[in-house]
Amino acid sequence: MNTLQQIRFIWKPVIFLVCLIPALLVVGDATGITGGLGANPVEEILDRFGNWALRFIMITLAVTPLRRLSGWNWLTRFRRMLGLFTFFYAFMHFLTWVALDRELRLSDIIEDLTERPFITLGFAAVVLLSALAITSFTALRRRMGRSWQTLHKAVYVIGVLGVWHYWWQVKKDVTEPLVYALILTLLLAARVNWSRLYERRPQAIR
Amino acid sequence: MQIRKANQILPSEITSETNYINRRDFIRAGAIAGGSLMTPSAMSAVIPDQRLAKLANVSKSDLSSDETPNSFEDISTYNNFYEFGLGKGDPVVYAENFKPRPWSIEVSGEAEKTGTFDFDDFMKPFDLEERIYRMRCVEAWSMVIPWVGISLAEVVKHFQPTSKAQYVAFETLNDREQMPGVKGRSLDWPYREGLTIAEATNPLPILAVGIYGNVIPNQNGAPIRLVVPWKYGFKGIKSIVKIKFMSTRPKTSWNMAAAREYGFYANVNPEVDHPRWSQARERRIGGSLFASKQETLMFNGYGEHVAHLYKDLDLRRNY
Repeated sequence: MNTLQQIRFIWKPVIFLVCLIPALLVVGDATGITGGLGANPVEEILDRFGNWALRFIMITLAVTPLRRLSGWNWLTRFRRMLGLFTFFYAFMHFLTWVALDRELRLSDIIEDLTERPFITLGFAAVVLLSALAITSFTALRRRMGRSWQTLHKAVYVIGVLGVWHYWWQVKKDVTEPLVYALILTLLLAARVNWSRLYERRPQAIR
Repeated sequence: MQIRKANQILPSEITSETNYINRRDFIRAGAIAGGSLMTPSAMSAVIPDQRLAKLANVSKSDLSSDETPNSFEDISTYNNFYEFGLGKGDPVVYAENFKPRPWSIEVSGEAEKTGTFDFDDFMKPFDLEERIYRMRCVEAWSMVIPWVGISLAEVVKHFQPTSKAQYVAFETLNDREQMPGVKGRSLDWPYREGLTIAEATNPLPILAVGIYGNVIPNQNGAPIRLVVPWKYGFKGIKSIVKIKFMSTRPKTSWNMAAAREYGFYANVNPEVDHPRWSQARERRIGGSLFASKQETLMFNGYGEHVAHLYKDLDLRRNY
Protein backbone atom coordinates (compact mmCIF):
# COMPACT_ATOMS: atom_id res chain seq x y z
CA MET A 1 0.00 0.00 0.00
CA ASN A 2 1.43 3.37 -0.94
CA THR A 3 0.97 6.53 1.12
CA LEU A 4 -2.07 7.71 -0.81
CA GLN A 5 -3.79 4.36 -0.36
CA GLN A 6 -2.93 4.35 3.35
CA ILE A 7 -4.53 7.74 3.76
CA ARG A 8 -7.58 6.72 1.79
CA PHE A 9 -8.28 3.33 3.29
CA ILE A 10 -6.89 3.61 6.83
CA TRP A 11 -6.42 7.16 8.03
CA LYS A 12 -9.50 8.74 6.51
CA PRO A 13 -11.89 6.16 8.03
CA VAL A 14 -10.08 6.45 11.38
CA ILE A 15 -10.28 10.26 11.45
CA PHE A 16 -13.89 10.07 10.28
CA LEU A 17 -14.84 7.90 13.25
CA VAL A 18 -12.92 10.10 15.67
CA CYS A 19 -14.73 13.19 14.35
CA LEU A 20 -18.04 11.41 14.85
CA ILE A 21 -17.44 10.72 18.57
CA PRO A 22 -19.06 13.96 19.87
CA ALA A 23 -22.23 13.19 17.89
CA LEU A 24 -22.26 9.57 19.04
CA LEU A 25 -21.88 10.77 22.63
CA VAL A 26 -24.95 12.99 22.23
CA VAL A 27 -26.92 9.95 21.07
CA GLY A 28 -25.42 7.82 23.87
CA ASP A 29 -26.19 10.42 26.54
CA ALA A 30 -29.69 11.07 25.21
CA THR A 31 -30.50 7.37 25.45
CA GLY A 32 -28.79 7.01 28.83
CA ILE A 33 -26.21 4.51 27.56
CA THR A 34 -23.05 6.61 28.04
CA GLY A 35 -24.35 9.04 30.64
CA GLY A 36 -26.96 11.78 30.70
CA LEU A 37 -27.69 15.23 29.35
CA GLY A 38 -28.51 16.86 32.69
CA ALA A 39 -31.61 18.72 33.76
CA ASN A 40 -32.00 20.69 30.52
CA PRO A 41 -31.19 18.26 27.68
CA VAL A 42 -32.18 20.55 24.80
CA GLU A 43 -29.87 23.32 26.00
CA GLU A 44 -27.10 20.76 26.52
CA ILE A 45 -27.40 19.34 22.98
CA LEU A 46 -27.60 22.82 21.49
CA ASP A 47 -24.44 23.86 23.34
CA ARG A 48 -22.52 20.71 22.42
CA PHE A 49 -23.25 20.87 18.69
CA GLY A 50 -22.54 24.61 18.61
CA ASN A 51 -19.25 24.22 20.44
CA TRP A 52 -18.15 21.38 18.19
CA ALA A 53 -19.00 23.40 15.08
CA LEU A 54 -16.70 26.16 16.36
CA ARG A 55 -13.96 23.68 17.25
CA PHE A 56 -14.16 22.07 13.83
CA ILE A 57 -13.93 25.32 11.94
CA MET A 58 -10.80 26.13 13.95
CA ILE A 59 -9.36 22.68 13.18
CA THR A 60 -10.21 23.06 9.49
CA LEU A 61 -8.60 26.48 9.31
CA ALA A 62 -5.53 25.11 11.08
CA VAL A 63 -4.77 22.64 8.27
CA THR A 64 -3.08 25.08 5.87
CA PRO A 65 -0.87 26.92 8.42
CA LEU A 66 0.11 23.55 9.94
CA ARG A 67 1.02 22.17 6.51
CA ARG A 68 3.17 25.20 5.76
CA LEU A 69 4.92 25.05 9.12
CA SER A 70 5.56 21.31 9.11
CA GLY A 71 5.82 20.58 5.42
CA TRP A 72 3.33 17.71 5.85
CA ASN A 73 1.51 18.09 2.59
CA TRP A 74 -0.69 15.05 3.24
CA LEU A 75 -2.61 17.16 5.79
CA THR A 76 -4.50 18.73 2.87
CA ARG A 77 -6.11 15.35 2.16
CA PHE A 78 -8.17 15.71 5.36
CA ARG A 79 -9.26 19.29 4.84
CA ARG A 80 -12.49 18.57 3.00
CA MET A 81 -13.61 16.00 5.55
CA LEU A 82 -12.90 18.38 8.43
CA GLY A 83 -14.80 21.13 6.63
CA LEU A 84 -17.75 18.80 6.13
CA PHE A 85 -17.72 17.94 9.84
CA THR A 86 -17.86 21.68 10.58
CA PHE A 87 -20.96 21.81 8.40
CA PHE A 88 -22.38 18.68 10.04
CA TYR A 89 -22.08 20.01 13.61
CA ALA A 90 -23.29 23.49 12.65
CA PHE A 91 -26.26 21.96 10.85
CA MET A 92 -27.10 19.71 13.81
CA HIS A 93 -26.91 22.80 16.04
CA PHE A 94 -29.29 24.54 13.64
CA LEU A 95 -31.67 21.55 13.48
CA THR A 96 -31.72 21.25 17.28
CA TRP A 97 -32.61 24.92 17.47
CA VAL A 98 -35.36 24.65 14.83
CA ALA A 99 -36.91 21.38 16.02
CA LEU A 100 -36.31 21.13 19.78
CA ASP A 101 -35.77 24.70 20.92
CA ARG A 102 -38.17 26.56 18.60
CA GLU A 103 -40.37 23.44 18.23
CA LEU A 104 -40.86 24.02 14.48
CA ARG A 105 -42.98 27.11 15.14
CA LEU A 106 -42.43 29.13 12.00
CA SER A 107 -43.49 32.45 13.55
CA ASP A 108 -41.02 31.95 16.44
CA ILE A 109 -38.22 31.07 14.02
CA ILE A 110 -38.86 34.11 11.82
CA GLU A 111 -39.11 36.38 14.87
CA ASP A 112 -35.76 35.12 16.16
CA LEU A 113 -34.10 35.40 12.74
CA THR A 114 -35.25 38.96 12.21
CA GLU A 115 -35.17 40.40 15.71
CA ARG A 116 -32.20 38.74 17.40
CA PRO A 117 -28.94 39.69 15.70
CA PHE A 118 -26.92 36.81 17.18
CA ILE A 119 -29.33 34.34 15.60
CA THR A 120 -29.18 36.17 12.26
CA LEU A 121 -25.39 35.83 12.36
CA GLY A 122 -25.52 32.11 13.18
CA PHE A 123 -28.07 31.50 10.44
CA ALA A 124 -25.91 33.31 7.88
CA ALA A 125 -23.00 31.06 8.86
CA VAL A 126 -25.12 27.91 8.36
CA VAL A 127 -26.35 29.14 4.95
CA LEU A 128 -22.78 29.79 3.80
CA LEU A 129 -21.60 26.44 5.19
CA SER A 130 -24.38 24.68 3.27
CA ALA A 131 -23.20 26.31 0.05
CA LEU A 132 -19.65 25.09 0.69
CA ALA A 133 -20.86 21.59 1.59
CA ILE A 134 -22.99 21.28 -1.56
CA THR A 135 -20.08 22.37 -3.77
CA SER A 136 -17.57 20.11 -2.03
CA PHE A 137 -17.83 17.27 -4.58
CA THR A 138 -14.75 16.84 -6.77
CA ALA A 139 -16.75 16.89 -10.01
CA LEU A 140 -18.44 20.18 -9.11
CA ARG A 141 -15.15 21.64 -8.01
CA ARG A 142 -13.64 20.89 -11.41
CA ARG A 143 -16.61 22.27 -13.28
CA MET A 144 -16.67 25.50 -11.24
CA GLY A 145 -13.00 26.25 -11.81
CA ARG A 146 -11.86 29.59 -10.44
CA SER A 147 -15.23 30.54 -8.99
CA TRP A 148 -14.96 27.54 -6.65
CA GLN A 149 -11.86 29.06 -5.07
CA THR A 150 -13.62 32.40 -4.65
CA LEU A 151 -16.72 30.77 -3.11
CA HIS A 152 -14.69 28.72 -0.67
CA LYS A 153 -12.92 31.80 0.64
CA ALA A 154 -16.25 32.25 2.50
CA VAL A 155 -14.83 29.88 5.11
CA TYR A 156 -13.05 32.88 6.67
CA VAL A 157 -16.32 34.81 6.86
CA ILE A 158 -18.00 31.75 8.43
CA GLY A 159 -15.31 31.61 11.12
CA VAL A 160 -15.90 35.26 12.00
CA LEU A 161 -19.71 34.85 11.95
CA GLY A 162 -19.52 31.79 14.20
CA VAL A 163 -17.38 33.42 16.87
CA TRP A 164 -19.44 36.63 16.69
CA HIS A 165 -22.64 34.59 17.09
CA TYR A 166 -21.23 32.96 20.22
CA TRP A 167 -19.96 36.27 21.61
CA TRP A 168 -23.39 37.89 21.37
CA GLN A 169 -25.15 34.82 22.75
CA VAL A 170 -23.38 34.47 26.10
CA LYS A 171 -25.13 36.02 29.09
CA LYS A 172 -22.16 37.62 30.75
CA ASP A 173 -18.80 35.92 30.69
CA VAL A 174 -17.11 36.22 27.28
CA THR A 175 -14.00 34.19 28.22
CA GLU A 176 -14.84 31.25 25.93
CA PRO A 177 -15.81 33.35 22.89
CA LEU A 178 -12.67 35.39 23.51
CA VAL A 179 -10.53 32.23 23.35
CA TYR A 180 -12.15 31.30 20.02
CA ALA A 181 -11.66 34.86 18.76
CA LEU A 182 -7.95 34.76 19.61
CA ILE A 183 -7.45 31.38 17.92
CA LEU A 184 -9.33 32.59 14.86
CA THR A 185 -7.24 35.76 14.73
CA LEU A 186 -4.07 33.67 14.82
CA LEU A 187 -5.33 31.33 12.10
CA LEU A 188 -6.34 34.21 9.85
CA ALA A 189 -3.15 36.14 10.53
CA ALA A 190 -1.16 33.06 9.50
CA ARG A 191 -2.66 33.40 6.03
CA VAL A 192 -1.49 36.94 5.44
CA ASN A 193 1.68 36.96 3.42
CA TRP A 194 3.51 39.37 5.67
CA SER A 195 6.77 39.53 3.71
CA ARG A 196 4.93 40.45 0.53
CA LEU A 197 2.95 43.15 2.31
CA TYR A 198 6.20 44.54 3.62
CA GLU A 199 7.84 44.55 0.20
CA ARG A 200 4.93 46.31 -1.44
CA ARG A 201 5.06 49.33 0.82
CA PRO A 202 7.85 51.23 -0.92
CA GLN A 203 6.10 50.67 -4.24
CA ALA A 204 2.94 52.25 -2.91
CA ILE A 205 4.85 55.32 -1.87
CA ARG A 206 6.43 55.65 -5.28
CA MET B 1 -81.42 28.42 33.36
CA GLN B 2 -82.29 27.85 36.98
CA ILE B 3 -82.81 31.02 38.98
CA ARG B 4 -82.44 30.60 42.71
CA LYS B 5 -85.26 31.98 44.82
CA ALA B 6 -84.25 34.05 47.81
CA ASN B 7 -85.51 31.51 50.30
CA GLN B 8 -83.90 28.50 48.66
CA ILE B 9 -81.21 26.94 50.83
CA LEU B 10 -77.95 25.84 49.20
CA PRO B 11 -76.61 22.38 50.10
CA SER B 12 -73.33 24.04 51.18
CA GLU B 13 -75.20 26.11 53.74
CA ILE B 14 -76.60 23.11 55.56
CA THR B 15 -74.64 21.88 58.54
CA SER B 16 -73.73 18.25 58.03
CA GLU B 17 -75.37 15.69 60.29
CA THR B 18 -72.06 14.66 61.87
CA ASN B 19 -71.10 18.25 62.61
CA TYR B 20 -74.53 18.83 64.13
CA ILE B 21 -74.18 15.82 66.40
CA ASN B 22 -70.59 16.72 67.33
CA ARG B 23 -71.23 20.44 67.41
CA ARG B 24 -69.60 20.95 70.83
CA ASP B 25 -66.38 19.26 69.67
CA PHE B 26 -66.54 21.27 66.45
CA ILE B 27 -66.69 24.57 68.35
CA ARG B 28 -63.93 23.52 70.76
CA ALA B 29 -61.63 22.54 67.85
CA GLY B 30 -62.16 25.94 66.27
CA ALA B 31 -61.28 27.69 69.53
CA ILE B 32 -58.04 25.70 69.85
CA ALA B 33 -57.06 26.45 66.24
CA GLY B 34 -57.74 30.15 66.80
CA GLY B 35 -55.80 30.15 70.05
CA SER B 36 -52.73 28.61 68.43
CA LEU B 37 -52.68 31.46 65.91
CA MET B 38 -52.07 33.90 68.74
CA THR B 39 -48.97 32.13 70.05
CA PRO B 40 -46.60 31.87 67.11
CA SER B 41 -43.57 31.47 69.37
CA ALA B 42 -44.65 27.87 69.93
CA MET B 43 -43.47 27.17 66.39
CA SER B 44 -40.20 29.16 66.42
CA ALA B 45 -37.87 28.21 63.59
CA VAL B 46 -34.86 26.14 64.65
CA ILE B 47 -32.53 25.24 61.80
CA PRO B 48 -30.16 22.31 62.44
CA ASP B 49 -26.60 22.94 61.32
CA GLN B 50 -26.08 19.49 59.78
CA ARG B 51 -26.13 19.36 56.03
CA LEU B 52 -29.56 18.45 54.58
CA ALA B 53 -30.94 17.66 58.08
CA LYS B 54 -34.70 17.37 58.45
CA LEU B 55 -36.54 20.55 59.45
CA ALA B 56 -39.10 20.32 62.24
CA ASN B 57 -42.38 22.20 62.75
CA VAL B 58 -43.00 22.97 59.11
CA SER B 59 -46.58 23.93 58.33
CA LYS B 60 -48.28 23.75 54.94
CA SER B 61 -49.38 26.86 53.11
CA ASP B 62 -52.43 27.75 51.02
CA LEU B 63 -50.10 29.68 48.77
CA SER B 64 -48.44 26.48 47.55
CA SER B 65 -48.84 25.41 43.95
CA ASP B 66 -50.47 22.01 43.36
CA GLU B 67 -48.12 21.28 40.46
CA THR B 68 -45.72 18.37 40.82
CA PRO B 69 -42.36 19.56 42.16
CA ASN B 70 -39.15 18.88 40.26
CA SER B 71 -36.90 16.13 41.54
CA PHE B 72 -34.41 17.01 44.26
CA GLU B 73 -31.68 16.08 41.77
CA ASP B 74 -32.84 18.62 39.18
CA ILE B 75 -33.27 21.33 41.83
CA SER B 76 -29.85 20.73 43.38
CA THR B 77 -27.71 20.14 40.25
CA TYR B 78 -28.98 22.75 37.77
CA ASN B 79 -28.16 26.08 39.39
CA ASN B 80 -27.18 29.62 38.52
CA PHE B 81 -24.95 30.74 41.39
CA TYR B 82 -22.09 32.66 39.77
CA GLU B 83 -20.12 32.85 43.03
CA PHE B 84 -19.47 29.14 42.43
CA GLY B 85 -18.90 29.26 38.68
CA LEU B 86 -20.75 30.13 35.50
CA GLY B 87 -21.89 26.67 34.41
CA LYS B 88 -25.19 25.24 35.68
CA GLY B 89 -23.29 22.22 37.01
CA ASP B 90 -20.58 24.25 38.76
CA PRO B 91 -22.37 25.22 42.02
CA VAL B 92 -23.06 21.61 43.08
CA VAL B 93 -19.34 20.85 42.69
CA TYR B 94 -17.71 24.04 44.00
CA ALA B 95 -20.14 24.72 46.87
CA GLU B 96 -19.39 21.29 48.31
CA ASN B 97 -17.06 22.66 51.01
CA PHE B 98 -18.90 25.93 51.57
CA LYS B 99 -19.60 26.63 55.27
CA PRO B 100 -23.09 28.02 55.90
CA ARG B 101 -22.31 28.15 59.67
CA PRO B 102 -21.43 30.12 61.67
CA TRP B 103 -23.48 32.76 59.88
CA SER B 104 -24.67 36.21 60.77
CA ILE B 105 -26.98 38.69 59.11
CA GLU B 106 -26.57 42.44 59.40
CA VAL B 107 -29.83 44.39 59.43
CA SER B 108 -29.36 48.12 58.91
CA GLY B 109 -30.91 51.30 57.56
CA GLU B 110 -34.35 52.83 58.05
CA ALA B 111 -35.72 50.52 60.77
CA GLU B 112 -36.29 50.62 64.51
CA LYS B 113 -34.52 47.33 65.16
CA THR B 114 -31.11 47.02 63.55
CA GLY B 115 -27.89 45.15 64.32
CA THR B 116 -25.96 42.04 63.45
CA PHE B 117 -27.75 38.82 64.34
CA ASP B 118 -26.50 35.30 64.61
CA PHE B 119 -28.44 33.14 62.12
CA ASP B 120 -30.16 31.11 64.89
CA ASP B 121 -31.30 34.28 66.67
CA PHE B 122 -32.41 35.80 63.39
CA MET B 123 -34.64 32.78 62.66
CA LYS B 124 -36.14 32.29 66.13
CA PRO B 125 -39.11 34.69 65.96
CA PHE B 126 -40.54 33.15 62.79
CA ASP B 127 -42.52 30.11 61.71
CA LEU B 128 -41.37 27.66 59.06
CA GLU B 129 -43.75 27.04 56.20
CA GLU B 130 -43.55 24.88 53.14
CA ARG B 131 -44.21 26.93 50.01
CA ILE B 132 -44.31 25.02 46.73
CA TYR B 133 -43.63 27.69 44.13
CA ARG B 134 -43.03 27.88 40.42
CA MET B 135 -39.59 29.31 39.63
CA ARG B 136 -39.15 30.99 36.24
CA CYS B 137 -35.59 31.79 35.22
CA VAL B 138 -34.95 34.77 32.94
CA GLU B 139 -33.26 32.22 30.64
CA ALA B 140 -36.72 30.80 29.75
CA TRP B 141 -36.70 27.63 31.81
CA SER B 142 -38.70 26.85 34.92
CA MET B 143 -39.06 24.47 37.84
CA VAL B 144 -41.49 23.80 40.68
CA ILE B 145 -39.66 23.86 44.00
CA PRO B 146 -40.95 22.84 47.45
CA TRP B 147 -39.22 25.50 49.54
CA VAL B 148 -39.28 25.71 53.32
CA GLY B 149 -38.92 29.23 54.61
CA ILE B 150 -40.19 32.16 56.62
CA SER B 151 -42.46 34.92 55.37
CA LEU B 152 -40.44 37.95 54.29
CA ALA B 153 -43.40 40.16 55.26
CA GLU B 154 -43.09 38.86 58.84
CA VAL B 155 -39.34 39.51 58.82
CA VAL B 156 -39.84 43.07 57.57
CA LYS B 157 -42.53 43.70 60.20
CA HIS B 158 -40.26 42.33 62.93
CA PHE B 159 -37.50 44.86 62.26
CA GLN B 160 -40.04 47.73 62.22
CA PRO B 161 -39.05 49.79 59.18
CA THR B 162 -39.61 53.53 59.58
CA SER B 163 -41.79 55.58 57.23
CA LYS B 164 -38.63 56.44 55.27
CA ALA B 165 -38.09 52.82 54.26
CA GLN B 166 -39.20 52.50 50.63
CA TYR B 167 -36.99 49.59 49.61
CA VAL B 168 -35.36 46.51 51.10
CA ALA B 169 -31.87 45.67 49.81
CA PHE B 170 -30.05 42.35 50.16
CA GLU B 171 -26.44 41.28 49.76
CA THR B 172 -24.80 37.89 49.29
CA LEU B 173 -21.65 36.81 51.10
CA ASN B 174 -18.55 37.91 49.18
CA ASP B 175 -15.84 35.47 50.19
CA ARG B 176 -12.98 34.77 47.79
CA GLU B 177 -11.73 31.93 49.97
CA GLN B 178 -14.93 29.92 49.81
CA MET B 179 -16.41 31.07 46.52
CA PRO B 180 -14.15 30.40 43.54
CA GLY B 181 -16.40 32.32 41.12
CA VAL B 182 -15.81 35.57 43.02
CA LYS B 183 -12.23 35.62 41.77
CA GLY B 184 -13.55 36.09 38.24
CA ARG B 185 -14.97 39.45 37.31
CA SER B 186 -18.19 38.08 35.86
CA LEU B 187 -20.28 40.38 38.08
CA ASP B 188 -19.51 43.32 40.34
CA TRP B 189 -19.42 41.50 43.71
CA PRO B 190 -21.07 41.24 46.15
CA TYR B 191 -24.30 40.11 44.49
CA ARG B 192 -27.02 42.62 45.29
CA GLU B 193 -30.79 42.54 45.01
CA GLY B 194 -33.72 44.57 46.21
CA LEU B 195 -37.49 44.88 46.44
CA THR B 196 -39.87 47.75 47.06
CA ILE B 197 -41.30 47.74 50.57
CA ALA B 198 -44.72 46.92 49.09
CA GLU B 199 -43.26 43.87 47.34
CA ALA B 200 -41.37 42.79 50.44
CA THR B 201 -44.51 42.95 52.61
CA ASN B 202 -46.63 40.98 50.13
CA PRO B 203 -47.52 37.54 51.54
CA LEU B 204 -45.73 35.62 48.73
CA PRO B 205 -41.97 36.28 49.17
CA ILE B 206 -40.09 34.07 51.60
CA LEU B 207 -36.61 33.72 52.96
CA ALA B 208 -36.00 30.05 52.21
CA VAL B 209 -33.90 27.82 54.46
CA GLY B 210 -34.97 24.43 53.14
CA ILE B 211 -36.01 22.30 50.17
CA TYR B 212 -38.12 19.13 50.34
CA GLY B 213 -38.39 19.49 54.13
CA ASN B 214 -34.63 19.44 54.66
CA VAL B 215 -31.97 22.09 55.20
CA ILE B 216 -31.26 23.90 51.91
CA PRO B 217 -28.20 22.61 49.97
CA ASN B 218 -25.22 25.00 49.68
CA GLN B 219 -25.62 25.35 45.92
CA ASN B 220 -29.20 26.59 46.34
CA GLY B 221 -28.16 29.47 48.61
CA ALA B 222 -27.52 28.12 52.11
CA PRO B 223 -28.18 29.04 54.79
CA ILE B 224 -30.84 31.57 53.74
CA ARG B 225 -31.99 32.95 50.39
CA LEU B 226 -34.79 35.02 48.95
CA VAL B 227 -37.65 33.55 46.88
CA VAL B 228 -39.96 35.91 44.96
CA PRO B 229 -42.10 33.61 42.80
CA TRP B 230 -43.56 36.21 40.43
CA LYS B 231 -40.15 37.56 39.46
CA TYR B 232 -37.35 36.06 37.39
CA GLY B 233 -35.07 33.76 39.35
CA PHE B 234 -32.12 36.15 39.54
CA LYS B 235 -34.10 38.28 42.02
CA GLY B 236 -33.86 35.34 44.45
CA ILE B 237 -30.56 36.37 46.02
CA LYS B 238 -28.68 33.56 47.75
CA SER B 239 -26.60 33.19 50.94
CA ILE B 240 -27.78 36.52 52.37
CA VAL B 241 -25.54 38.37 54.84
CA LYS B 242 -27.03 41.88 54.70
CA ILE B 243 -30.53 43.30 54.75
CA LYS B 244 -30.90 47.06 54.52
CA PHE B 245 -34.01 49.23 54.65
CA MET B 246 -33.50 52.15 52.27
CA SER B 247 -35.25 55.33 51.24
CA THR B 248 -33.83 55.14 47.70
CA ARG B 249 -33.80 52.31 45.15
CA PRO B 250 -30.82 50.01 45.75
CA LYS B 251 -28.45 48.97 42.98
CA THR B 252 -29.05 45.41 41.81
CA SER B 253 -26.40 43.17 40.29
CA TRP B 254 -27.82 42.12 36.91
CA ASN B 255 -29.18 45.59 36.32
CA MET B 256 -25.70 46.99 36.97
CA ALA B 257 -24.22 44.43 34.55
CA ALA B 258 -26.68 44.95 31.67
CA ALA B 259 -29.42 47.52 32.33
CA ARG B 260 -30.98 47.05 28.90
CA GLU B 261 -31.54 43.34 29.55
CA TYR B 262 -32.33 43.14 33.27
CA GLY B 263 -34.53 45.66 35.04
CA PHE B 264 -35.05 46.35 38.73
CA TYR B 265 -38.56 44.86 38.73
CA ALA B 266 -37.84 41.74 36.68
CA ASN B 267 -41.45 40.59 36.89
CA VAL B 268 -42.16 37.48 34.84
CA ASN B 269 -43.88 38.85 31.74
CA PRO B 270 -44.51 36.84 28.55
CA GLU B 271 -45.20 40.04 26.61
CA VAL B 272 -41.89 41.76 27.27
CA ASP B 273 -39.05 39.87 25.60
CA HIS B 274 -35.46 39.78 26.68
CA PRO B 275 -33.51 41.57 23.92
CA ARG B 276 -31.93 38.26 22.93
CA TRP B 277 -34.80 35.81 23.37
CA SER B 278 -38.54 35.55 23.67
CA GLN B 279 -40.12 35.25 27.12
CA ALA B 280 -43.46 33.96 25.77
CA ARG B 281 -42.73 30.31 26.50
CA GLU B 282 -40.63 28.35 28.94
CA ARG B 283 -39.06 24.92 29.18
CA ARG B 284 -40.08 23.04 32.32
CA ILE B 285 -36.99 21.26 33.59
CA GLY B 286 -37.38 17.52 34.04
CA GLY B 287 -39.33 16.88 30.84
CA SER B 288 -38.11 14.55 28.13
CA LEU B 289 -36.00 15.70 25.18
CA PHE B 290 -39.12 16.07 23.04
CA ALA B 291 -41.40 17.57 25.69
CA SER B 292 -42.88 20.79 24.42
CA LYS B 293 -42.45 24.12 26.12
CA GLN B 294 -45.31 25.74 27.99
CA GLU B 295 -46.79 29.20 27.86
CA THR B 296 -45.26 31.61 30.37
CA LEU B 297 -47.90 33.18 32.57
CA MET B 298 -48.08 36.87 33.48
CA PHE B 299 -46.41 37.32 36.89
CA ASN B 300 -45.59 33.61 36.62
CA GLY B 301 -49.24 32.89 37.42
CA TYR B 302 -49.23 34.88 40.68
CA GLY B 303 -51.15 37.87 39.23
CA GLU B 304 -54.06 37.60 41.69
CA HIS B 305 -51.63 38.24 44.54
CA VAL B 306 -49.38 40.88 43.00
CA ALA B 307 -50.88 42.54 39.90
CA HIS B 308 -52.27 45.38 42.05
CA LEU B 309 -48.71 46.37 43.02
CA TYR B 310 -48.02 47.44 39.44
CA LYS B 311 -51.35 48.84 38.27
CA ASP B 312 -49.88 52.34 37.71
CA LEU B 313 -46.64 51.10 36.19
CA ASP B 314 -45.74 50.77 32.50
CA LEU B 315 -44.38 47.22 32.58
CA ARG B 316 -42.79 47.59 29.16
CA ARG B 317 -40.54 50.34 30.48
CA ASN B 318 -40.21 48.98 33.99
CA TYR B 319 -39.14 45.48 33.03
